[in-house]
Amino acid sequence: MRVAYKWLKDLVDIDLQPEVLGEQMTMAGIAVENVENMAKGLERVVVGQVTSMEKHEDSNKLWVCQLNVGEESYQIVTGAQNVNTGDKVPVALEGAELPNGLVIKPTKLRGVPSNGMLCSIGELNLEPADWPEDSGDGILILPSDAPIGVQIAAYLGIDESVLELELYPNRADCLGMVNVAREVSAITGGKLHLPKWANGVNPELKASGVNPQVTICDSQLCKRYAALIIENVQVGESPTWLKQRLIAAGMRPVSNLVDITNYVMLELGQPLHAFDFDTLAGKEIIVRRAKQGEKITTLDNVERILDEDMLVIADRDVPVAIAGVMGGLATEVTESTKNILMESAHFDGTSIRKTSKKLGLRSEASQRFEKGVNAANLVSVLGRVAELVEQLGVGTPVGPIADNYPEPIIPINLELRTTKVNQILGLTLSDTEIEQVLAPLGFGLNWLEPGKLQIKIPTYRADLTSEVDLIEEVARLYGFDKIPTSLPSGHTTLGKRTAEQELKVKARKALVNSGFSEVLTYSFTGARALDRIRLAADHPWREQIRIFNPLRDELSLMRTTLVPGLLETAGKNVARRNLDIAIFEQGYVYLPKDKQINSLPNEVYKISGLVSGNQLKTWNQPQVSMDFYYLKGALEYLFEQLGVKNYSLIPNRELSFMHPGRTANVIIRGKTAGFIGEVHPDVMEEYRLPARTCIFELEGAQVFAASDLKLKMVPVPRFPAITRDMALLVDEEVPIEKVYRAIRKAEKELLRDVRLFDLYQGAQVPAGKKSVAFSLVYQSAERTLTDEEVIKLHDSIKKVLDREFGAELRK
Amino acid sequence: MQQELFALQQEAEQAIAQAPALDTLNELRIKYLGKKGALTAILRNMGSLSAEDRPKIGQIANQVRDALEAVLGEKEEQFKSSAKQSQLASEVIDVTLPGRSFLLGHQHPLSKVQEEIEEIFMGMGFTIAEGPEIESDYYNFEALNIPKNHPARDMQDSFYITEEILLRTHTSPVQVRTMEKLRPTLPVKIICPGKVYRKDDDATHSPMFHQVEGLVVDKGISLPDLKGILLEFARQMFGPERQIRLRPSFFPFTEPSAEVDVSCMMCGGKGCRLCKGSGWIEVLGSGMVHPKVLAMGGYDAEELTGFAFGMGIERIAMLKYGIDDMRYLFDNDLRFLKQF
Repeated sequence: MRVAYKWLKDLVDIDLQPEVLGEQMTMAGIAVENVENMAKGLERVVVGQVTSMEKHEDSNKLWVCQLNVGEESYQIVTGAQNVNTGDKVPVALEGAELPNGLVIKPTKLRGVPSNGMLCSIGELNLEPADWPEDSGDGILILPSDAPIGVQIAAYLGIDESVLELELYPNRADCLGMVNVAREVSAITGGKLHLPKWANGVNPELKASGVNPQVTICDSQLCKRYAALIIENVQVGESPTWLKQRLIAAGMRPVSNLVDITNYVMLELGQPLHAFDFDTLAGKEIIVRRAKQGEKITTLDNVERILDEDMLVIADRDVPVAIAGVMGGLATEVTESTKNILMESAHFDGTSIRKTSKKLGLRSEASQRFEKGVNAANLVSVLGRVAELVEQLGVGTPVGPIADNYPEPIIPINLELRTTKVNQILGLTLSDTEIEQVLAPLGFGLNWLEPGKLQIKIPTYRADLTSEVDLIEEVARLYGFDKIPTSLPSGHTTLGKRTAEQELKVKARKALVNSGFSEVLTYSFTGARALDRIRLAADHPWREQIRIFNPLRDELSLMRTTLVPGLLETAGKNVARRNLDIAIFEQGYVYLPKDKQINSLPNEVYKISGLVSGNQLKTWNQPQVSMDFYYLKGALEYLFEQLGVKNYSLIPNRELSFMHPGRTANVIIRGKTAGFIGEVHPDVMEEYRLPARTCIFELEGAQVFAASDLKLKMVPVPRFPAITRDMALLVDEEVPIEKVYRAIRKAEKELLRDVRLFDLYQGAQVPAGKKSVAFSLVYQSAERTLTDEEVIKLHDSIKKVLDREFGAELRK
Repeated sequence: MQQELFALQQEAEQAIAQAPALDTLNELRIKYLGKKGALTAILRNMGSLSAEDRPKIGQIANQVRDALEAVLGEKEEQFKSSAKQSQLASEVIDVTLPGRSFLLGHQHPLSKVQEEIEEIFMGMGFTIAEGPEIESDYYNFEALNIPKNHPARDMQDSFYITEEILLRTHTSPVQVRTMEKLRPTLPVKIICPGKVYRKDDDATHSPMFHQVEGLVVDKGISLPDLKGILLEFARQMFGPERQIRLRPSFFPFTEPSAEVDVSCMMCGGKGCRLCKGSGWIEVLGSGMVHPKVLAMGGYDAEELTGFAFGMGIERIAMLKYGIDDMRYLFDNDLRFLKQF
């Protein structure tokens, strides 16, 4: 809502600068987004008259003009070709800083001094459409009666500031200037000068023979319908003052009749619609639901097909308007229109919203009806129309006004308790103080008993329906800035995370510590996301929840895995030459419980990580490729940090998007909690990942359930340890974990640690074999072991390995 | 004999002083003080002395031995220390070479800020509640006093799954969910961080973003408490000099409602580009819990009061780190992520 300051000042006494008023309104709950000075940059532009013109000696395009701007005369050189001696024009004087940024300074044009500039519409920052009298081919030529020396903004009536209101949905009343004025009065105490029509006045009109019938068939959707007949209409141009106000409010002047309806709408907040009365069959109005499939061609010349949920205004035969949304072409007011029926009605906001959505048709009127208009004031609004119609000589309004109002609205009374005000606002206001705060609103106040105030709510404040609404009125008018500051007293509470919340934080820290950067991808993906990872058609991840009104197709399906998001992120980074990637994400995936989504889906927390490329080589560190074992190391660190101990990896050849020989399920306490492995080469190709890429995904709940972070100290051994190495040749396919287990099984008591320190396959080992080397640490808690004892143990382990794997000792 | 001893001392001292290396010192020690050394050789003739002179000469001999040992020791120290000096001198490294690098990971700025917010409120006794991101119309709207076709639904264009199920448009549904779970326990004192979704996508909006909801319900909770908690939050998040300002606003689930501005963290309130000259930055929305919402959560709205607030984590992160385009936050470019 654009509130023109000068217009507002006609309605309420204000002695504040527009900016200050805007600030005060904002702090009282009517948010002023911006205060626009329409004349900004035009302070040094005045009306001048060309007293003489000569061709420039040195140019056949330039003119040397003498300008009379009042007391002084200036020489100005111009290139404009539409100016003649005697014309009145806008003159920018020395020092002017025009809206387009141009600064006017004395200068010389081809040697001739020029002390100013003649201005065009564009240079004055005016909309050409608002100034049809401008020829458009150069300097704005002003009417011959324009007073010389007067500021152009004042002359054109644009010396106006506009307060742009950002209204909350509960304050639709402020879409009318009179209600804005009421607010300003309540905030500043300024005296109101509202037209009587703001207060539900019935106009007295000359009676005529016509008395149009108005029938409301659905009083749910139409609370009230009033109609005024205007005879002998003569459409013409509006006076300047009216045009200027409309322009300031952001509307384009059209013709006197249209301008009056717009003006009254802006002033009183009520949208109006004019029908050519003589085109209405039966000269009657029927407010009814459309019949299924009924058609109407609207003012924008589009044929619309209607349904039974839509409310229409019909004449005896056919719909003539879509109620509250747009009028019909057939009954449009044209140059040949003689008589008009002016509609002032209340339509149900929800119905209007639905209709306008369904038809993809929004209008100024529909938006106002959606937010709600004041049904109690409709006839009064027509009174204002009648007054302006007469005043501007547009036609003859005649009575009586047709008014169908099945259930008149009765203003409500609300009670406000002083104790409740103080309980919620944390204040100690007395009855008197509350009354002082509320009085400027002009509501009827009546103390039922001490501490209990009865308030009569005017119909224009439909947002006030309960006690707490009134407490808000007290708060905003008292001033939020005067509310003190305290901290809640009462029970002490412990602020902490739950165990699971804590583990989510720990997991994140662990991954960051092992070099992974956290990413956040959208929870929704496109249909192609799972195709890109070549996911099998029957994989459960394919059962995705669909958004029925997505922003676009790529954001239409709720994710069931974090994998495509990470791969896409990796691909995007590689495309930007970020080739070395270690990233992770923690977040939910969404799994439907049933196909129809009759209940809320399962939201499953996942932790997923990806590596690709290398850890950078430096002057003293070799390049380390971030491969499967790199990622596995990160996983091991994660588990260590989360206190997850009982886990193992079991090869999985079944995941279609993973390398079949380099992928494993992560088993925690016997259950599959996720997978880790290298991405299938085809998938890497799909995402244009140049280096081998590895990925893991874990289900948070399973990991967290296995977490045991209790720590218990084990005594530090007092007796020395003895370390002996063992190098073996075993069959290539024997998993190392098996060898580990065999060693552990062979000696349980004195073997404290086993570490694989070398693995070799190649020229120096027989085909089909691999060489593995372990360090075994022997130690007793009770005594110092002897060499003989250890050699014996070591040999016996060797024998066991030999038996189990045919492991030969390597020399 | 006395003369001989002094002569020996003089000669030995000279030899020691001129010794070129540590090895020479050992040779000299053997030569003068060893079992077959010069001193012993002289003392072998002690038998020829009178009983009176013998202890005297013995004493002198010991003095000579001690003196020589001392000189030897001193010289030895000199050699060792200069050897160490030259070793150290040869071991100079270039301290400007870069240190060994560890691969460092980086937390996403949004989760970083979220954790920071959580910690600030935990410090004030709040626990952390959670709720589903895919939510029923009831909890997302109706239980928050936003019935079907309420104009406030326009403020939040929603992604729907079915007529009744949608992606939550704010974290506020957790208010009623938490109250239902906790009632009649008092106080309710929670924050709820999480993802929310709205149909917007431009430099200042993302279809997925993050909010933190706060809710306190107890006997005697009033607007000044809300102000106090949020002032404390603003100071911990944006600096101890911050002020806050409440501006009346509208949310269907709070009344009175207020937007909360924080004094500009860039100019301190004098007015600058960031705060568009106003000195204030809009940071969050808040208000006293609407009695209808308290009632839907199962609490007595006559006896109890509460306040609620909600803030966008993106907004806080953007203010805190000077991020000027929201799209950075979901673009996941490592060159961006590694700055945090």
